[in-house]
Amino acid sequence: MIQSTFHLKRLVLALAFVCLFTGVALAEKVSLTFYFPVAVGGPITKTVEGMTEAFMKEHPDIKITPVYAGIYRETLTKALTALKGGEPPHVAVLLSTDMYTLIDEGAVVPYDEIVPAPEMGFVKDYFPGFMKNSQTGGKTWGIPFQRSTIVMYWNKEAFKEAGLDPNTPPKTWTEMVDFAKKLTKKDASGAVSQWGVAIPTTGYAYWLFQALAIENGIELMNPEGTEVYFNKPASVEALQFLVDLSQKHQVSPKGTIDWATTPKDFFERKTAMMWTTTGNLTNVRTNAKFDFGVAMLPANKRPGSPTGGGNFYIFKKTTPAERKAAVEFVKWMTTAERAAQWCIDTGYVAVRPDAWETTRMKEYVQGFPPAAVARDQLQYAVAELSTHENQRVTKALDDAIQAAVNGSKSPADALNEAQAEAERILRRYKR
Amino acid sequence: MIMAFTHYPAINTFISSFFLAGKGGAASEFVGLENYRFLLEDKIFWKVLKNNLIFASCTIPLSISLAMVMAFLVNAGLPGQAWLRLSYFVPTVLPMIAVANIWLFFYTPEYGLLEQVRRFLGFSGVNWLGSEKTALYCVIAVAVWKDAGFFMIFYLAALQQIPPSLGEAAMLEGASRFYYYRRVVIPLLMPTTLFVLVNATINAFRMVDHLFVLTQGGPNNASSLLLYYIYEVSFKFWDTGYGATLTLVLLLFLGLASVLQFGVLEKRVHYR
Repeated sequence: MIQSTFHLKRLVLALAFVCLFTGVALAEKVSLTFYFPVAVGGPITKTVEGMTEAFMKEHPDIKITPVYAGIYRETLTKALTALKGGEPPHVAVLLSTDMYTLIDEGAVVPYDEIVPAPEMGFVKDYFPGFMKNSQTGGKTWGIPFQRSTIVMYWNKEAFKEAGLDPNTPPKTWTEMVDFAKKLTKKDASGAVSQWGVAIPTTGYAYWLFQALAIENGIELMNPEGTEVYFNKPASVEALQFLVDLSQKHQVSPKGTIDWATTPKDFFERKTAMMWTTTGNLTNVRTNAKFDFGVAMLPANKRPGSPTGGGNFYIFKKTTPAERKAAVEFVKWMTTAERAAQWCIDTGYVAVRPDAWETTRMKEYVQGFPPAAVARDQLQYAVAELSTHENQRVTKALDDAIQAAVNGSKSPADALNEAQAEAERILRRYKR
Repeated sequence: MIMAFTHYPAINTFISSFFLAGKGGAASEFVGLENYRFLLEDKIFWKVLKNNLIFASCTIPLSISLAMVMAFLVNAGLPGQAWLRLSYFVPTVLPMIAVANIWLFFYTPEYGLLEQVRRFLGFSGVNWLGSEKTALYCVIAVAVWKDAGFFMIFYLAALQQIPPSLGEAAMLEGASRFYYYRRVVIPLLMPTTLFVLVNATINAFRMVDHLFVLTQGGPNNASSLLLYYIYEVSFKFWDTGYGATLTLVLLLFLGLASVLQFGVLEKRVHYR
């Protein structure tokens, strides 16, 4: 009995020592929680986890816990809920357009407050087009990561069958409608077996609509994110065009077109052309069993697409050591080599010009020229729709678009309502 | 316990509904009845409320009657009974998100299961989830499919509690099968029906998870339900004051439902 208590005491003492030492070791190691969303098909989670592991190997003093948190909106919801619960992530990839929301919520800290002023020059390494949604009031709030533009994918085999040149995509709206008419196939009973074109109207309806608006010569908001122009004639025309695709020209399915299943519609040859993010490129390349092309979006008054996708944000509730580690991680994830690899693995646009100069990228683009389309389109790109209370304002627009494509409201009525709703929401941010 | 988990949140919700949530840790601002005034003007709220009433008035009777029929079937001692029971119960054990993903591809336009069947029969071209006319009913079908299997279990248990002697007696008296079910079995199932009814009502107002996958409440809020709208307002827009106001409406409905059920219906239920 006495013997065993003695042993027990020794054991407890030994354990205490072990705890003490590992405790000290743990204190030196910075642990970061990293939320990230997945918005496209393909094994993105595995790719991200692989990257964080490679980072930890090179930085043994930093531990990153990557947390897959759903689509963009769910990730934002989780991050903000966690914030209100007092345990926000240290770093997260969220939509570049969530910038105002995150600032208003006091959730994030600008890079300028962490990185010493002389080193802030690193933000110039990224494409200026992507920085439009990443900076405001002279501060940098987000660092581009999985950024994109909308591109048009087309099925070359379907083009050949329809008597079109498989290597010439439509360059204008009129051409797109003409091509789409030829590409829409009906079977004996009159049922459509292949649609000409699909532009999704769920998930990110406002984003695809914004592309049409830009091409029609109008931007949907001011740079301060306090005013929107949903019901200007050019916007109404753009929505009318979207409605006409299914109602008048009958080259696109009626009702809303689902964001998530559109790539599958393309693989299944249910649509010959589709508009979606370049982030789906690798997914399409893996799954399309036919020759396909990638083109810039067709122009109307001008060519154009909004930029899109996610930035790295660093949360305010972090210690100086955690902030420093987070910046280190963000910079590492977006180095030229890493950005090139990420672009090859997913199809997202490598976010900095020098990534396109790496050997690995050059080889990739040479073997697969469509990869460069989104980058080339960047010169025509416009900042994505982003305002204060962004989710609420975009919901008003999403609802209007869906009502219009369903034929329950005219484009003008729908957009007038969305405009009124947006103005009501934005009232308190206008001074 | 009941204070901490029921009364405190309810009172807190009531108080929150008079405030406009402050942004970025700023203090909330007292706005009196403004949230309630907005509620009356909020078109989306009225649409969502109407949707929810349609949802409830379809799912509750459908899932309960289907559950009862299914329970009669699996209790009847048919061959392959275990498999039948299992297959009716499967929807219940699957996570709702998985269920919704399966149904998403049933409803897919052009090549989804439903469209393939219709095409075989010579119809096509319905965009089930993308049309404002059909989206809500598609969501209802999923909810009924999921709930019926769950309620069946209760009915099955209740059916097996009924002494076989009652059936034998009815047979001796020359009662028809239909008469036996109508006058003996169904009245004996009433306590179960009340229990299931309460559950079905609660389900009808708290069903939300499959909306995330199937429709996100769209198109144009056509399939949005009260709880989904509360989620959007409170956790997407962080308008917690208005979210609280909406929550009170939900509480009111559930309160009314329980008063109706326990106050009125329970008197007509015979317990043994």
